[in-house]
Amino acid sequence: MIPLSWYLIFAAALFCTGLFGVLARKNSIAILMGIELMLNSVNVNLVAFWRYRTPETITGQVFAIIVFAVAAAEVAVGLALFISIYRRRNTVVADEINLLKW
Amino acid sequence: MTAVQIIFLLVAAATLGAGLLVVTAHNLIHAALWLVVSLFGIAVLYVLLNAGFLAVAQVVIYIGAIAILVIFAIMLTRKVAADSGPQTNSNWGWGAALAAALFGALFWIFQGWPGINTALQPLSESQDTVVQLGQALLAPDEYLLVFEVASVLLLAALIGSIMIARVRKDS
Repeated sequence: MIPLSWYLIFAAALFCTGLFGVLARKNSIAILMGIELMLNSVNVNLVAFWRYRTPETITGQVFAIIVFAVAAAEVAVGLALFISIYRRRNTVVADEINLLKW
Repeated sequence: MTAVQIIFLLVAAATLGAGLLVVTAHNLIHAALWLVVSLFGIAVLYVLLNAGFLAVAQVVIYIGAIAILVIFAIMLTRKVAADSGPQTNSNWGWGAALAAALFGALFWIFQGWPGINTALQPLSESQDTVVQLGQALLAPDEYLLVFEVASVLLLAALIGSIMIARVRKDS
């Protein structure tokens, strides 16, 4: 049997890895990949809590599915923004995208 | 140590290692491919947690759609991805410190939480989680409204990304 704590520690470590990616990476698309890691670790937590604490109701899995949908929407809009910025400014480095209008 | 625990430790180590490579890899294409490995490891964890539908959805949505979309975006912005300079900004040390501090804080919270030792109860024989999930998502007294809001959100994101990314003729 796998203890619940293993899942929680794993998810915390993956979340912190993603957080480091978001804070440290230069390229906007790499930042988006860090956000994906963070969303996934939260999903692992949700499903682990569902399985260990309330397996008779399905709420945890429903929450995870909604997170999937939001993540898909976020990636689609985010990447469209980066491609649009790249076309206008010829860069996707987050430090250089510092003007709201050009 | 049982076989399931060994599988969990191997998968968790592979997922975390791939995750570290996602945030540190110099070449962005490599980072995206490591992201696929990491997402696949999480799908295996869903199987270990008896969430079969989520495991399949993880492979189809994350690996099949999101990871491929990320790789496409990297290739469309290729000039930057081929940069030879450092891939981290000047504040990466602070970022690493903050991430480590957050992990320490979470670990400390887990130590003090009594629910951490909850034993795993086997699912009852009659409980089919996929059927239960489908009924919960479409039952009006459960999550039908959430489900419909999610579809509207996806439609809005679809239209929005087309509008943002299309080439305007006038400019």
